[in-house]
Amino acid sequence: MRSHVPAGRPSQLFRNLNSKIASIPMILIAVGVFLGGTIWTVLYSFTRSGLLPRLSFVGLDQYERLWAAPRWIISIQNLAIYGILSLIFSLAIGFLLAALMDQKIRFENTFRTIFLYPFALSFIVTGLVWQWILNPEYGVQSVVRSLGWTTFEFDPLYNPEIVIYGVLIAGLWQGTGLVMCLMLAGLRGIDEDIWKASRVDGIPMWRTYIFIVIPMMRPVFITTLVIIASGIVKVYDLVVAQTSGGPGIASEVPAKYVYDYMFQAQNLGQGFAASTMMLLTVAIIIIPWAYLEFGGRKRG
Amino acid sequence: MRALRAILVASVMLPAVHASATDLEVTHWWTSGGEAAAVKELATAFDATGNKWIDGAIAGSGGTARPIMISRITGGDPMGATQFNHGRQAEELAKSGMMRDLTAVAEKEKWKDIIKPASLLASCTIDGKIYCAPVNIHSWQWLWLSNAAFKTAGVAVPKNWDEFVAAAPALEKAGIIPLAIGGQPWQSTGAFNVLMIAIAGKPTFEKVFSDKDEKVAAGPEIAKVFKAADDARRMSKGSNVQDWNQATNMVITAKAGGQIMGDWAQGEFALAKQKAGVDYTCLPGLGVNEVISTDGDAFYFPVLKDAAKSKAQEALASTIVSPKVQVAFNLKKGSLPIRGDIDLAAANDCMKKGLEILAKGNVVRSVNQLVSADTQKQLEDLFSEFFAKPSMTPVDAQKRFAAIIASAD
Repeated sequence: MRSHVPAGRPSQLFRNLNSKIASIPMILIAVGVFLGGTIWTVLYSFTRSGLLPRLSFVGLDQYERLWAAPRWIISIQNLAIYGILSLIFSLAIGFLLAALMDQKIRFENTFRTIFLYPFALSFIVTGLVWQWILNPEYGVQSVVRSLGWTTFEFDPLYNPEIVIYGVLIAGLWQGTGLVMCLMLAGLRGIDEDIWKASRVDGIPMWRTYIFIVIPMMRPVFITTLVIIASGIVKVYDLVVAQTSGGPGIASEVPAKYVYDYMFQAQNLGQGFAASTMMLLTVAIIIIPWAYLEFGGRKRG
Repeated sequence: MRALRAILVASVMLPAVHASATDLEVTHWWTSGGEAAAVKELATAFDATGNKWIDGAIAGSGGTARPIMISRITGGDPMGATQFNHGRQAEELAKSGMMRDLTAVAEKEKWKDIIKPASLLASCTIDGKIYCAPVNIHSWQWLWLSNAAFKTAGVAVPKNWDEFVAAAPALEKAGIIPLAIGGQPWQSTGAFNVLMIAIAGKPTFEKVFSDKDEKVAAGPEIAKVFKAADDARRMSKGSNVQDWNQATNMVITAKAGGQIMGDWAQGEFALAKQKAGVDYTCLPGLGVNEVISTDGDAFYFPVLKDAAKSKAQEALASTIVSPKVQVAFNLKKGSLPIRGDIDLAAANDCMKKGLEILAKGNVVRSVNQLVSADTQKQLEDLFSEFFAKPSMTPVDAQKRFAAIIASAD
């Protein structure tokens, strides 16, 4: 094929022509919908758009109001608490479960199904189920009380101070199974010889995991991290189903602020400003990481 | 369950919209027991005109339903008619030409002469054109009390807000939550506005919401209201419900002493076969200041291309305002009619009290008519936080309230 194509620039452009043509629709969507939509949103976040977009610029007014709004500050705090803890716990618990699964146990398939099962449920269902479990009148509290501990108190969803942890429990229950499966796949990818070698050297199993296996699983961890993190930033349905942001505004999250102000308050400008801030937060995290990850490789 | 059924029915019905030229899809958020019964009256009357009412109930209160309705209209998939509250919720839609001008129908049927109070039609009117057909008047200023709960607690049923606050310890001792407030933000916001009219009076209310006077909002009159709201917050501790009808149900079953809720709560009492004066007591204006607001619902009609459907829209608009429908609908809904020339002999005691106040002209415009949806949402954020967070002081809350009023539009 390549023999009759003249050398130089055209060969670069027309190389793998079929695959380039095939990816045109995706490129158009990425540029048009994602990039175009992003630019449009950022532009209109500087306007006084109400129910309908209008190009009447008001400078940074929407952003000033956003950062003065107590509800937005609470949303950001909640996202930080939920995000950091959910990252730590789902990775830790997921890896632990995967390591336990990897001990050549009996009924592994059954256990794997049980642990992955919550992931098959939507956030809405998860939220409702945990709303009932954590309801003081029907759930855990009433069960423990009926067993004899009559002063037992456990009502995270009705206590503004700890409600976000109630949401976190539901999020972990739903998402840990997937992390476990990804980790298990990673563990299965580790060469059996490595284990044999470490056993010959007399290294204890936990040290093999921490110092040999985990560093070798770096790509799996990165993939998992991206999947969990993208889930965290857009958390919305879980909160809507479980608490509706309550009690009061104690479990609000940024995505819900965006929706409520765009559609309930009929203030698109405010919603766009909030979503631009969400984008900025993600960019601040992703860009340095991407630079280190991909920029470094080229040089090396 | 009923809400779920409404969604299922709506989803099945949607594809049928285009089946016949005179099918008209009507969206609304009336899904509680009493509300659904009232909708049925409206649908039956509309079907009798030779058209067909396609029910598009959206469960989950106006906060959930309005975004769906608005995005369908702005997204180019308009329904035949849709409910909004009286006021400014559909203002921008009408201004941008997406809503149908009903002036011709209104003039033909002389709405100007029959619709009372006139402020209802005024809030349908934008730049001299009429864009909606008001269907009912709801007022927020009611305190519903469970007679059984007070009997259990061994105290007399209160006659006003102060007596109610004084009776709260006795109720608590009997294991009854004094005041039921659902967790949805609009409920605590509404309760606060009711307290404002009862305690600070109509002139102060209008200075705050109509003139947006931030000095009054930061002043001593409103400070008193925040103090009362602090009492209400303490009394509502433990009412772990979300929906307003669940909170009303706590009053019906005597698990709660009372509820500050609009007169739509009446439909729930009626559905539970309870009698005003015997099983429950209603205090308009919290028994302090008998002024009621003209909240309520109106139907808006998006601009449609189909001529037959546009004709059906006109038929629906005049059906809504017709005397027969007004009586049948409002009796089931527990709301007041939008016209003064009809006889509501079948009304119960509470409704009669409401009619009397209305006839005296002791009305105020509703907050929905006075402030934009944006300001309303900010107030909801404030009050849902205030009512859920005991550590927030009335003084701090008032500062934030004044700041919202200062920037209100």
